[in-house]
Amino acid sequence: MKTVIDDYIREEMFPHMWCPGCGNGIVLGAIIRAIDDLKWDRDKIVMISGIGCSSRITGYVDFCSMNTTHGRALPFATGIKMANLDLKVVVVMGDGDCSAIGGNHFIHAARRNIDLTAIIINNMIYGMTGGQYSPLTPTGRFGTTAPYGNIDQAFDLTSLAMAAGASYVARGTVYHVRQSISLMKKALDKKGFSVVEMISDCPISFGKMNKMRTAVEMLKWIKDIAVSKKAWENLSVEERKEKFVIGEFLDIDRPEYNERYNEIIKKAQKMGGNE
Amino acid sequence: MNNLKKEKNIKLLQGNEACVEGAILAGVRFFAGYPITPSTEIAEGMARRLPRLGGKFIQMEDEIASMAAVIGASIAGLKSLTATSGPGFCLKQENIGFAAINEIPCVVVDVQRGGPSTGLPTKPSQGDMMQARWGTHGDHPIIALAPSTVNEILTLTIKAVNFSEKYRTPVILLLDEVIAHMREKVEIPTQKDIEVIDRKKPTVPPEEYLPFKPDSDGVPPMANFGEGYRYHITGLIHNYKGLPTSNSQEIDAFIRRLHNKIQKNVKDIIINEKYFLDDAKIALIAYGSVARAAERTVKLAREEELKVGLLKLLTIWPFPFEEVNRLAQQVDLIIVPEMNLGQMVLEVERAAQGRCRVVSYSRVDGELINPIEILGKIQEEISK
Repeated sequence: MKTVIDDYIREEMFPHMWCPGCGNGIVLGAIIRAIDDLKWDRDKIVMISGIGCSSRITGYVDFCSMNTTHGRALPFATGIKMANLDLKVVVVMGDGDCSAIGGNHFIHAARRNIDLTAIIINNMIYGMTGGQYSPLTPTGRFGTTAPYGNIDQAFDLTSLAMAAGASYVARGTVYHVRQSISLMKKALDKKGFSVVEMISDCPISFGKMNKMRTAVEMLKWIKDIAVSKKAWENLSVEERKEKFVIGEFLDIDRPEYNERYNEIIKKAQKMGGNE
Repeated sequence: MNNLKKEKNIKLLQGNEACVEGAILAGVRFFAGYPITPSTEIAEGMARRLPRLGGKFIQMEDEIASMAAVIGASIAGLKSLTATSGPGFCLKQENIGFAAINEIPCVVVDVQRGGPSTGLPTKPSQGDMMQARWGTHGDHPIIALAPSTVNEILTLTIKAVNFSEKYRTPVILLLDEVIAHMREKVEIPTQKDIEVIDRKKPTVPPEEYLPFKPDSDGVPPMANFGEGYRYHITGLIHNYKGLPTSNSQEIDAFIRRLHNKIQKNVKDIIINEKYFLDDAKIALIAYGSVARAAERTVKLAREEELKVGLLKLLTIWPFPFEEVNRLAQQVDLIIVPEMNLGQMVLEVERAAQGRCRVVSYSRVDGELINPIEILGKIQEEISK
C-alpha cells in the first residue's frame, strides 16, 4: 500500500539503518505528513541535520538535504536561510547533537529568532555510539558511560528555547503522533525560530540499560511520562520526577532575523557611499 | 593628482581593508565571522560594505558556527568568505573538511599570529603553514595563497574566490599580522578590469543531475539549493548521487578525484615571482612579509656581488614542487627564512631531493625577519 510517505522518500536509500523499534521513523513520517499538509513547493524545502542516528533522516527525504557536522546543523542552516529567503529550512537534530555539542548554536539561533524550524528527536541517549548518557538523559538513568547511574541534571530544551527568544515552542512524542503532526505543522508555518522536541524511544541503547528492552515497553513508558499541562499542574514535585509536559508552550510573534537584516540593507543603501 | 585618483582609484589601504575590497570585487556577498585579532578589520569592513550591495553579514556565536554559515550560504548560492587567526583557524578545521569533501566553494582568511594557543595576538607568524595544509583530518586537497604586499592581498583575494569557484574547494588566504595591518598604496581595479569566475552550473535537467559526477576537468557542476535540483550533501564519503557509499572502488575513486582536480591544474593554481634567479647560485625561498625582507636582501647581496636570487611564493599549497626542484639543480644553496621553526623548509627539502644544500633560517620571537639578518645568514653559509 502506497502512502503519502512514499512520495517524499529516496527509495534507493532503503532499507534504512535504524534499529528495529526506533522512534526516528515515526518522527520522519510525522514531518513528511506535516509538510505534505502544508503543500509546500518541494524544490524550496531544505532539510539539514548534524551527526547521530536521527541525523541520517536527511538521507531519506527527497528534498535538498544536508547531513552536516556534529552539532552544527543550525549554523549551516543559518547561512542557507540568509542566502536564500525563499527556502523553507527544517533542521533535525538528536538530543546529544542539539543540546551538548550544538547547545550554544541552539541558544543563538533562538536568540536571533531566525526563520528555521528545529525538530529535536530526544531519545535521551547517544544511540549511534551505543548508549552513552546525553544532557537529556534523566538523572538516575543508566548509560554505558553512566554504569552506576547518571548524576547529571537533564536540560529542559523547551524552557531553554523560550528563554533564549524562540517564537514557537512545543513538545510531542512518538506515542502521540497525530498531536505531534499538528504541532509540527504550526512550527513549520511559523515565522521565526520554531522548536518541536519529540520524545522518542531507543530500545536498543536506552532501553537495554534501563529495563525496557522492547519498543512496546518503551512506548508505554513514554505514554506514562508524557502529561498534559493541566495534569502537570496537579502533580506533586515528587510525582513530576521524570515526567514531561507535552503540547504547545509558546506561539508569539517576534521580529525575525532576516526581516531585521533587510531593514539594515535598506538603511545601509540609503546611507550610500563606497567605503 | 586628483585626475589620477579619479582614473585609477588609488587608495592608501590597510591589508585587511584590501582583503575586503578584493572580496567584494570577486563577488563575495556573504560573510560570517567572529571577532579575533588580528583579522577583525575584515569583519568590520564586511559588516559595513555588504548590506550596501544587498549582501549579508553575520557575526556568529563562534568560529565553528561562522565556518558552517559560510558553507551554508555558498550552497544556497552566495560567494562566501570568513576571516580568522590561528586559534579560530583551529576551530574551523572540521568544517573546512566538510567543505573539502563536499566541494563547496568558500574562502578562509587566516591572519597568522604567534602561537601555539593564544600565543602572540598582535605579532606576526608563519606558524600556520602546515595547519593550512593538514589542519583538517583525512586526505584532502587544499589551495592556499600567501600575499606579501597590500596590493597582492587585494589581487590574491580575488584569485582565492575565483579558485574556490572554479575548482569547488575551500581556499585558504594566509596573511600575517604585519601585512594585514600595514598600509600601502593600492590601485583598486574596476569591475571590468578583473576576471570573475563563477561556479559551473549543471546543463542537464534535474532528473539527470548527478551532483558529484565530475566533468572531464575533475570538477562536478554545482546546483545551488533551491534551483530545482534536489540532492543530498553529506560529510560521509559519497557516490555520484551524493549518497553515502561503502563501496571501496567508489571511495578510492572519490578521494583520488578530489586530489587530482587540484593536482592536475597546478599550472593554473601555482603562482610565484622570481627576482634575480637567472644567474643565481644562492636562492632564497620566502612568502608573506618575509618575502619583502628577502627581496631587499637580494638587492643588498647583489651590491656585494653575491649571486643571490629570490623565489617568492604566492601559492604555497599546492607546493611548487617542480619549480623548487629545478631551482635546486641550478643553485648551490637554498635558504628558507620563515617566521616559524622550519615548516616550509621541509617541503623545500623534499622538492630539492638532495640536489643542493637547503638550510633554514627561523625566527619565532614575534619580530619580523629583517633583510640584514638574512644577508648575515647567507654570509655565514658561504664561509662554511
